[in-house]
Amino acid sequence: MRRRTSLLFVTPALLLFGVFVLYPMVTAFSYAFFDWKGTTRSDFAGLDNFRTLFTKAPFTTDLPRAIGHNALFFIGTMLVQNTIGLSIAYFLYRRDRTRRILQTLYAMPYLLSPIVIGYLWTLLLSPTFGPVNTLLTKVGLESWAVPWLGQPSTALWVVVLVSVWQWIGFPVLLYGAALGGVPDDLTEAARVDGASHRQSFFKIVLPLLVPAIGTVSVLTFIFAMEAFALPYAIGGSTGNPAGATDFVSLLFYRTAFDSGAPDAVGTSSALATLLFVLIFGGAMLATWVLRRQERRITG
Amino acid sequence: MTALDTERPADVQRSAPVRRGKAKPVGGVVGSIALWVYAIGALLPLVLMVSSSLRPNGDLVKDPLGAPWPPTLDSYKTAWTDGSFATYFVNSLLVTCGAVLLSTAVATMAAYGLARSRSRLLGAVESLFMSGLMLPIHLAILPIFYLFDGVGLIDSRLGLALMYAASGVPFSVFVLTTFFRQLPEELEEAAALDGASPWQTFVRIMVPMVKPAVATVAIFRFVPIWNDFLFPLVLLRDDSKYTLPVGLTTFFGENEANYSAIFAGLVITTVPLIVLFLLATKQIVAGLTAGMSK
Repeated sequence: MRRRTSLLFVTPALLLFGVFVLYPMVTAFSYAFFDWKGTTRSDFAGLDNFRTLFTKAPFTTDLPRAIGHNALFFIGTMLVQNTIGLSIAYFLYRRDRTRRILQTLYAMPYLLSPIVIGYLWTLLLSPTFGPVNTLLTKVGLESWAVPWLGQPSTALWVVVLVSVWQWIGFPVLLYGAALGGVPDDLTEAARVDGASHRQSFFKIVLPLLVPAIGTVSVLTFIFAMEAFALPYAIGGSTGNPAGATDFVSLLFYRTAFDSGAPDAVGTSSALATLLFVLIFGGAMLATWVLRRQERRITG
Repeated sequence: MTALDTERPADVQRSAPVRRGKAKPVGGVVGSIALWVYAIGALLPLVLMVSSSLRPNGDLVKDPLGAPWPPTLDSYKTAWTDGSFATYFVNSLLVTCGAVLLSTAVATMAAYGLARSRSRLLGAVESLFMSGLMLPIHLAILPIFYLFDGVGLIDSRLGLALMYAASGVPFSVFVLTTFFRQLPEELEEAAALDGASPWQTFVRIMVPMVKPAVATVAIFRFVPIWNDFLFPLVLLRDDSKYTLPVGLTTFFGENEANYSAIFAGLVITTVPLIVLFLLATKQIVAGLTAGMSK
């Protein structure tokens, strides 16, 4: 095809993408390096906005706490999601008849909006009206019937588990595909040599799944750093109770649209830039570590 | 890695028919039971959501686990008319369908142009689109807000649709370019010999051949746009323009004690996705893995 013709085919998408994605993305970073008075941009401010994030209230208390919650959210989802997801995928492996239907059922919660999921679980876990606590009481676990989302000690972990519940279909599918790539000959040769199921899993199957585990981890990391709608639905924009479910994206939202601070645009943009650097840097680092691991195993 | 292609290559199947029969599933019966128990556990909250929406609120408070019998649609009436879900629903439908149609149309064109070009300029454009796969668009909300404010697109469903269409371009282009590249170039040569213009070749020959991929991309974009929350929260002001997720927050705040009505609202928000899911399970499952291994 001639270059001019291909260019004509590409132009509409390029225009749309340029105006509504690329241009805002690039300016988002530039906002962070200027002084702002309301919505008017004034002088170049260098790193002043970033300094504000680490020296001024409410950031000095809110930001470290929010980053901590994002980190716990990532670690929690990673551990639970990978363990459950991998176990399910391993059980599904070789179950040719039921695999597709079960994979489909596990993927169902993925469809729902995180807002719907958040409200659904807020109601299910409600202390006044709440099927979960009713059920716990009925089966004799009355001491477990606590206000799950009302107390800081449990709220964050509920967010973690609800998120795992919604996204479990992902690792199940991806690990399922990766397991499909493990040659049967390998595991069977091990069986013939007298290896137990456990041994053949840990010594043969698991090492072959490292790339898939890495992919899931990187995507979970990006997802965990960006989490917004689910915590918003569960804990509101301030991360109730008592900031126990506050996340960086919620802090960003509050700063940009709720704080009314004269320099809100500058500081919130600095926060967005910081978040971007964390996400991008984290994903790059993880990918690099993963490549090295892979080379060590295969090489 | 072909993500979903778990069928083994034909030669492996042929060379090891006996072994294939011997390879037993892990965990045996216990494993099967565990899998079904988890499936029931995973779906129970959704079942509770639907069954609770079909019960009067009074019953619900007395016995949260009771059966929805006889079912009543009262709470749907409350949500649909008093709670303006009728309006939110139409808004969501307009914004999402508009965005998906526009995004898929321009992305299909772009993917074709990119797949059939060897110029360095277009190679650069392709990398630009690919970089978009890694950009968290939510972080650009402030510039988007000011951009919209400047051109009068605040509180506009059109603006929201344009933004969603644009943010879907990288993923759609990425998936569709791969598909177009698999089609032989002889197709174009034959069409050109028959006197077809590039545009005619594209519409009459190429698009029909990648239809399944186009459908997958469109369906897979539908879900996140329908469900998105931050953009309508920030870019819409007037209640009559709200999409379902934002409308839901208003409704939740105003009906905190009417659990049954909230459940109905949650179901209304979800129904189109369930319908879509039932119509296109295969595409959605394929799209999930495509999105994962990007």
